[in-house]
Amino acid sequence: MLDLLAAVGRGVIGACRATGAASLFGLEGLLGILRPPLQPRLFGRAFVEFAYFSLPVVALTAIFTGMVLALQSFTGFARFNAEGAVANVVVLSITRELGPVLAGLMVAGRVGAAMAAELGTMRVTDQIDALATLSTDPMKYLVAPRLAAGIIALPLLVVVADILGVMGGFLVGTVSLGFSVPTYLHNTFTFMQTGDVVSGLIKAAVFGFVIALMGCYHGYHSRGGAEGVGSATTAAVVSASILILALDYLLTQIFFVR
Amino acid sequence: MSEPRIRLRGLRKSFGEKRVLDGVDLEVAAGTSLVVIGGSGSGKSVLLKCVLGLIEPDAGTIEIDGVDILALDARARRAARAAIGMLFQNGALFDSLPVWENVAFGPLARRTLARRDARAFAARILASVGIADSVGTLYPSALSGGMQKRVALARAIAGEPAILFFDEPTTGLDPIVGAIIDQLVVDCVKRLGSTAIAITHDMASARRIGDRAAMLHHGRIVWDGPAARLFDSGNAIVDQFTHGRSEGPITMELRR
Ligand SMILES: Nc1ncnc2c1ncn2[C@@H]1O[C@H](COP(=O)(O)OP(=O)(O)OP(=O)(O)O)[C@@H](O)[C@H]1O
Ligand SMILES: [Mg+2]
Repeated sequence: MLDLLAAVGRGVIGACRATGAASLFGLEGLLGILRPPLQPRLFGRAFVEFAYFSLPVVALTAIFTGMVLALQSFTGFARFNAEGAVANVVVLSITRELGPVLAGLMVAGRVGAAMAAELGTMRVTDQIDALATLSTDPMKYLVAPRLAAGIIALPLLVVVADILGVMGGFLVGTVSLGFSVPTYLHNTFTFMQTGDVVSGLIKAAVFGFVIALMGCYHGYHSRGGAEGVGSATTAAVVSASILILALDYLLTQIFFVR
Repeated sequence: MSEPRIRLRGLRKSFGEKRVLDGVDLEVAAGTSLVVIGGSGSGKSVLLKCVLGLIEPDAGTIEIDGVDILALDARARRAARAAIGMLFQNGALFDSLPVWENVAFGPLARRTLARRDARAFAARILASVGIADSVGTLYPSALSGGMQKRVALARAIAGEPAILFFDEPTTGLDPIVGAIIDQLVVDCVKRLGSTAIAITHDMASARRIGDRAAMLHHGRIVWDGPAARLFDSGNAIVDQFTHGRSEGPITMELRR
C-alpha cells in the first residue's frame, strides 16, 4: 500500500517537475524571440519547414473532414427533420473546433517529431554544445525561431483548413445531398460569426506554440544516442497531442462559456 | 613563476552514484600545451566540458588567468568562454550548414566578420588546414572522417582563441592523416600563441603535441610531467597505460 502511494507520489512529483521545466524552457524561448537581434533567416527556414511542408497533409485532412461532417450531420439531423442545419454545423465545427484541433494533431505528428529528431540529433552529437562554445545561445538560435514559426504558421494553416473544410462540406452538400448552391452558401455565411473564426485562430496559435515547444524541449533534452532521439521524438508527439486536446477544452471553456 | 593560464583545483563531478572527477588539480602555463591521457570513460571529456561550462562541476574551482570563472555571473562566464576554441571528440560539425559556414560560424556570431566576407575568410582558414576551397560548399555529411576532423579543427581555430581544447583530434584516422593533424594542431598553437589542452589515446601523438602530459585515473591526476617522459615516467600506472600492458595496477571492471 505504502509502496503504491510512493509510486503515485513519485509520478506526480515527476510530472510537476517536467511541467515546470517545460514552462521555463518555453518562457526562455519566448524571451529569445523578443531579445534582439532578430534572426529572420532562421525564422524563415523554421517557417517553411513548419508551414509549407505541412500544407498537403492539413489540406487533405480538412477536405475529408468537411465532407464527412456534412454527411454525418445530414443523416443525423434527418431524424429531427433538421437537415437545413448541415451548412451551419459544418462551418461552426470546422472553424471553432476541428480546423485547429485536427491541423494541430496532424502537424504535431509531422513537425513536432521532426523538430525533436533534429534537435535530439544535435544534442547527442554535441552540436548544441558546440553552438555554446561558438558564442551562440542555443535557446536563441535553435528554439526561439521554431517557437515563433509555430505561433505564426499554424494559424495560417488553419485558415487554409477552414476554407477547404467548408468547401468539402459544400461539395458533399450540393453534389450528393441535394442542397442548392445559393441556399448552402447562404446558410454557411449568415450564421458564421467573426468570433468563431478568430477563436479558432487563437487556438491555432496556442497549439502551434505547444507543438514547437514540445518538439524543441524533448529534442533539446534528449540523451543516450539514437535510441534517446527516438524516444524524444515519441515523447514530443504524444505530449503535444495530449496538450492540444486538453488546452482545446480549456480554451473553449474560456471563449464560449460565460 | 608567472600565473598559469588555466588552473583547476579540487574539481569534482558525479553523475548520480558514479564519481567521474574526484578532485582534479591541474595547471597549464600560458603558451604551452598539455596532453591529458587516461582510459576510456575516465572523465577526460567531462573535464574539458566542465572548463567550457557545458557541465556544471559539483565542487572545485576553475581559474582562467587567475579569475575563478565559476564565481562569475552568466554574462562574464560567456565572455571568458568565448576565448576558448574547442575541437569536439566527434567533430560536432553543424550538419545543416555547409563547410564554409561551419568554419565562419564563431566570427559571424560574434559579429567580428561580415557575412559577405565570410566565404573568403573560411577559404583562408580551410587552406591553413589543407582543405581546398571547393570543399567549402559541401555539407559535413559528404566528408570523410579525416576531412571532418580538419574542418572541425578549422572551426575551432577560426576565432583565434587564446585557449584551445582538442578532444581526441586523431582518433579513428590513419597514421599518416593522424600525423598531419598533429602537425596542424602544433602549428595552430604556435601560430596563435595559444594555450592548449589535448586529449589523446595515441602515445606517439601525445609526444608530438604536448609540452607536458598528465594522466587521469579514477577521477584524479595520478601523474604530471614532461610529455617526453611518458614512456619512462617511473609511475606504474602511466607505464602500464603507455606501454599498453594488460597486467599492472590498472584493472578493468570485467576482471574483478
Ligand atoms: N551527461 C552525462 N550524464 C551522465 N553520465 C555522463 C555524462 N557525460 C559523461 N558521463 C559519464 O562519465 C564518464 C566519463 O565520460 P567521458 O566522456 O569524460 O570519458 P572519456 O574519458 O572522454 O572517455 P573516451 O576516451 O572514451 O572518450 C563515462 O562513464 C560517462 O558515462
Ligand atoms: Mg572522451
